[in-house]
Amino acid sequence: MANPKSAYSIPTKKGKLDTHILVVWVDNESGVLARVVGLFSGRGYNIESLAVAEVDASKNISRITIVTTGTPQVIDQIKLQLKKLVPVHKVADFKREDKKVIFKEMALLKVVGNKKKIEKTLKVCKSFSPVILDKTKQSVVIQITALRREIDKVSKKLKSLGLTSTSRTGAIAMTRGAEVFK
Amino acid sequence: MTKLYSGAEIVFKCLEDQDVKFIFGYPGGAVLPIYDELKNHSSIKHILVRHEQGAGHAAEGYARSSGKPGVVLVTSGPGATNVVTALTDAYMDSVPLVCISGQVPTHLIGTDAFQECDTTGITRPCTKHNWLVKDIKDLPNILHDAFQVATTGRPGPVLVDIPKDIQFAKAKYSKPKKIKKTNGKSNNRFSQNDIDELIDLISKAKKPVVYSGGGVINSGPKASESLKEFVRLIGFPITSTLQGLGAFPGDDNQFIGMLGMHGTYEANNAMHDCDLLINIGARFDDRITGKIDEFSPKSKKVHIDIDPSSINKIIKVDLAIVGDVNEVLKSTVKKINKKQNGFKTSNKQNISKWWEQIQKWRTKDSLGFINSEKTIKPQHAVQRLYELTKNQDTFITTEVGQHQMWAAQHYKFNKPNRWMTSGGLGTMGYGLPAAVGVQIAHPDKLVVDIAGEASVLMTMQEMSTAVQYNLPIKIFVLNNQYMGMVRQWQELLHEKNYSESYSEALPDFVKLAEAYGCKGVKADNPDELDNKIQEMIDHKGPVIFDCQVDPNENCFPMIPSGKPHNQMILGPNDKEENKITGKGKALV
Repeated sequence: MANPKSAYSIPTKKGKLDTHILVVWVDNESGVLARVVGLFSGRGYNIESLAVAEVDASKNISRITIVTTGTPQVIDQIKLQLKKLVPVHKVADFKREDKKVIFKEMALLKVVGNKKKIEKTLKVCKSFSPVILDKTKQSVVIQITALRREIDKVSKKLKSLGLTSTSRTGAIAMTRGAEVFK
Repeated sequence: MTKLYSGAEIVFKCLEDQDVKFIFGYPGGAVLPIYDELKNHSSIKHILVRHEQGAGHAAEGYARSSGKPGVVLVTSGPGATNVVTALTDAYMDSVPLVCISGQVPTHLIGTDAFQECDTTGITRPCTKHNWLVKDIKDLPNILHDAFQVATTGRPGPVLVDIPKDIQFAKAKYSKPKKIKKTNGKSNNRFSQNDIDELIDLISKAKKPVVYSGGGVINSGPKASESLKEFVRLIGFPITSTLQGLGAFPGDDNQFIGMLGMHGTYEANNAMHDCDLLINIGARFDDRITGKIDEFSPKSKKVHIDIDPSSINKIIKVDLAIVGDVNEVLKSTVKKINKKQNGFKTSNKQNISKWWEQIQKWRTKDSLGFINSEKTIKPQHAVQRLYELTKNQDTFITTEVGQHQMWAAQHYKFNKPNRWMTSGGLGTMGYGLPAAVGVQIAHPDKLVVDIAGEASVLMTMQEMSTAVQYNLPIKIFVLNNQYMGMVRQWQELLHEKNYSESYSEALPDFVKLAEAYGCKGVKADNPDELDNKIQEMIDHKGPVIFDCQVDPNENCFPMIPSGKPHNQMILGPNDKEENKITGKGKALV
């Protein structure tokens, strides 16, 4: 129970949380990421992952992909609040279950161990088109590109095989087919 | 070859092109080049405040009462941090401000230099947008954009941080472009279908209510005219938020008073029982809605707002019309008039029973209080102030607390832009500097700050500003020696544990006034109140009026926290109230 002495209303029950992927096109200028991230922290929204890079150097546009969770009302608010920011051009919103959208995340995994363990490691990664970026007698650095939950699974499996470092990019997204989000 | 101007010159050229007449500010090391340039621009007058927060609130008062953006000029570091409260206040209440701050030279940024702070970082969450100017070539466009962002769409504060070396550097100047699209941030794209749907809802309603807010004021005086025309045409009862007071005449029979936590019985009950709620330029603030799941449970809800993020933020609505209030109301009125075919009369018949109900609620006289012959009741003081000033065009500012609510309840506003109060942020100390700004905008009008003694002491230093510029502001202090609203909550919710809400060692306000070089008036007896108020009004210069009021008075009616609109606590002269209070106290 909330404190009944509060001068504010008592929180009401929350709705179901959905995971959404928001793609935000912004002017690539100093402070723009702080504006977007500050909006999330300031209003108490979630960020599960965030990926950002410039995608159009001539127009000076960066593309930010944010994975977030919230009730439908909160997701709506996030979109509308993002659109109010001056350097934001457009905001796209995809549900994680959306079949029309491709979601991908890249991970670099370093496994330290003997030959046998390294072989096992490569086997585990096999179905995620692994790229061996570096290999020594006692170690391997592998790049895999997969869904977030798949990478979760792989890194769990690699724990026992000597996974020492993980670096992940956070999800990025693109629609399937010829359609372009406007 | 085009002429090159220094950054400081460009600042003033921009201000001139934006038709700025006044700057509220305070000099310091990092803005000295701009202050040096001031002497060359006679059309712009600088108002020297005593604290940067005062500059911000004065600019807010100026903006709110004139409809033009307020301009603030402060130095780096403490100058910028002091103005943060005012920027946040303006952000919450949608007041257009352009704040120009000095910054340490670019090569020193990030070195913890003297009077350096991350101004754009600190003000990012309390401005619509801010800029750190790193290249002199960007300065003219940034300043024009700053005015554009501050004044379009839902207005608000912006900040431009200019390092000292940029103020010295030289560049070409370019005039503002006529129409500049800022990423389509101003939204005025409602469709005629929306209007048709609204008219359809209006014609079907049996128990409607109009709920208007500060957006009507921000949309300009014409929006208030449109609102009047609209409401008179449809014959619906209208209530207003704190910020919306004055958009519709407060003494009109269709006006059923302010709503919300300290709103009238009739307004809150109408909100609760209505079948159609038309929100015009308000934002379903938590002081308005009370308990969300029991807010106006039986109504269809319409929301007219220029800010799309206001819609469905708190309350889900059935019809959202995103657009400028004036535009929406104008096209609605036009369409209703075009349709005619008996709509006006038949609709008024539809709601005649509803009006009867409202009249019944009105008989509760929920703003009533037990007057006294011995002590001045604060409500009585506000009523007398209203009676003695209503025949002239009076501008009222307030601080924050009980006095603010009494002012909102008992002072009737008939025109927009006459009422300046800190609603969203609730900034104690807003009213006095705001009065300075209002008086600057309206030098010949009567400007009264209805204040509390605790609030007014927070920015009392601005009396010195008022005296310097001979601004005849009247500071009407309802002095109860307590932080009254804190005391009231402690009485009702914290078993009368008046923890730290009593101010010992208050100054003698009459002597304080004299120390500042203005007039002090004191009243502690109801018999002398009228004469003393008249004395205050008649005095040509600034006045501090120490009105000694009953320290135990509470502000009623009141919706206790977590309660819907139909469960209000009424004042002590209502018989039924004792029951509700007993129950209410246990529940809150």
